[in-house]
Amino acid sequence: MTGIPVTVERASASGALRRFFSRRASWIPVLAALAILIVMFIGAQAYFGNFLTPRVISSLLLDNAYLLILAVGMTFVILTGGIDLSVGAVMAFTGMLGASLLRDGLPVGVVVPVMLLIGAAMGLAVGIMVQYFDVQPFIASLAAMFAARGLAFMVSLSSIRVEDPAILWLQSTRIQAAPGSWFITPTGILAILVVIVGALLLAYTRFGRTIYAIGGNEQSARLMGLPVVRTKLLAYVVSGVCAGLAGVVFTAYTGASYPLNGIGTELDTIAAVVIGGTLLTGGSGYVLGSMIGVLVYGSIKTVISFLGAEQSWTRITIGALLLLFVVVQRIIVARSSRR
Amino acid sequence: MKRILKNRLFWPVLALVALIVINTIARPSFISITVQGGQLYGPLIDILRNSAPLMLVALGMTIVIATRGIDLSVGAVMAVSGAVALTIIEGSSDPNGLGTVLVAIVVGVLVALVLGVWNGFLVAVVGIQPIIATLVLMLAGRGIALLITGGFITTINSEPYKFMAQGYVLGLPFALYVSMAAVVVVALLERRTALGVLTEAVGINPEASRLAGVRSRGIIWGAYAASGLLAGLAGILYSSNIMAADANAAGLYIELDAILAVVLGGTSLMGGKFSLAGTVVGVFTIQTLKSTITFLGVPPAVSPLFLAIVVVIVVLVQSPRLRSVLARASQALRPRNSSPQGGSEVAS
Repeated sequence: MTGIPVTVERASASGALRRFFSRRASWIPVLAALAILIVMFIGAQAYFGNFLTPRVISSLLLDNAYLLILAVGMTFVILTGGIDLSVGAVMAFTGMLGASLLRDGLPVGVVVPVMLLIGAAMGLAVGIMVQYFDVQPFIASLAAMFAARGLAFMVSLSSIRVEDPAILWLQSTRIQAAPGSWFITPTGILAILVVIVGALLLAYTRFGRTIYAIGGNEQSARLMGLPVVRTKLLAYVVSGVCAGLAGVVFTAYTGASYPLNGIGTELDTIAAVVIGGTLLTGGSGYVLGSMIGVLVYGSIKTVISFLGAEQSWTRITIGALLLLFVVVQRIIVARSSRR
Repeated sequence: MKRILKNRLFWPVLALVALIVINTIARPSFISITVQGGQLYGPLIDILRNSAPLMLVALGMTIVIATRGIDLSVGAVMAVSGAVALTIIEGSSDPNGLGTVLVAIVVGVLVALVLGVWNGFLVAVVGIQPIIATLVLMLAGRGIALLITGGFITTINSEPYKFMAQGYVLGLPFALYVSMAAVVVVALLERRTALGVLTEAVGINPEASRLAGVRSRGIIWGAYAASGLLAGLAGILYSSNIMAADANAAGLYIELDAILAVVLGGTSLMGGKFSLAGTVVGVFTIQTLKSTITFLGVPPAVSPLFLAIVVVIVVLVQSPRLRSVLARASQALRPRNSSPQGGSEVAS
């Protein structure tokens, strides 16, 4: 997994390339996703002529900020070999709860921490079911998904407008990021911060390395004396906190909370993470890859709206891309296990 | 008594009976069945009728889960088959003709079968994890259904098609006959032939059963094909019930309900041994629970919360750790008995 960086440059270029691929095999799917993203950008630019504009690229990040945050959390869980189906519903629930608390006049400084805590609690509940009661992650997070969706409707059956200036500020402020019409909102900055923190956590902390170890082989990780129980629980908590944060961002994005928000988002998130090169069996993948996956997803949506085609094509294309990437992953795994 | 307690069906049946008893106490009219014009009416009959699509889907899901797989695409397949059937009827010159309706149903179910075969191909031949292989179609399927209906909700008027879900035969809903026929056919195929045992073998250890000469590839493939076929039939029933093909709402979350029904019925998600009778009981339990929730005046939207509570209780009861803790607790409570006979009784 860790692999020594390629420092020796004795062999020919092809040899170095081969060595790079054999040592860094887990980066191949990420690079493939990046290649697809670049090809899509170039193709769309050639076709439309006005695709690669600062405005389109900027809004690509802003429209998918919540998905990016969810995907980072999901990456942690999938790396341990689990799955979290509850993220979309938790996002809706925390959004609803936050909006109703704000309506009741609570200050935003209280509401946002409450939303994050609720997300963490939902994640912890899933983790406890998975870790202590041997419930499969699929079923445990399914129960959390049902619970969160029901709770969201319990808060209110109709949508709640958010008028809190601090929340709306997150989305309405347009910061000029570079000359031209490059802009970024606080939600976009939040999402990028989450990506950076997630990537650093996974790459440079004991917690992150333990997650890779668990995904690689849980039994071995336990025998090595790694804190498997704590780390797995934490992975689900990370995903829950990300879902809570996504609730904040999505509420800011839409300016209102609706209990039906985020239906199917868990699937979009999983698809983005898989397209970004994370193996569903766990142990291999990167937060950066998930970010590319989200950008691929967002670009497909943008291209389809540029084409003026029906949005149902988005889902079909995502399904097809997902298939392509899973087959690529399958081939990579088969080749590395043969070695 | 002990044999009854140890039966795998004991807890599922107990849950169902408890639900029915609670309902009957809360509203005595719950178990009343009235006869109107030779047709039976009543809450119980409604439950039997409304459970038909879930029953079909859950049957297929049981077989897939027995092979250590899962089929997430059933809801999307339902949407596709309903969209295909209704588009054919809508486009025909004679929407009330029996021939048109039969063609529509057959084509709709065949398309669903093709989708099931596709899932099976991805899992059995390409070797993709079942969750992801079927996730592909779950994502793409609704898009395909939307394309078929042109993005609209296709509505039709066709008496023979309406009969599928809303008609009565010999006093009972026709949909009930469809679902029961499916139960009987699947049970005969799985339990009166070697297929069931082979399916369990594949689910318990795919590699060992392959070495033992079981054609695991074909069996897994067949399981997904069957699941697709049954989901297609469920899609026909669903669209016939509302006489519309709603690509977004048809079969939404039914895959989760079906998985829940299978788990409630005592089939482990780890594959292997499965119980068709358990699934049937599980489906009725879920349908009764839903009707209870509606009766309690809870908005249907909140009903997932109750489902979640049920799921948590069921999986916790099934959890080995909780069981061993409970067993130890009950053993500690009993007076110590040193005689071997007494010991053997406690051990069970």
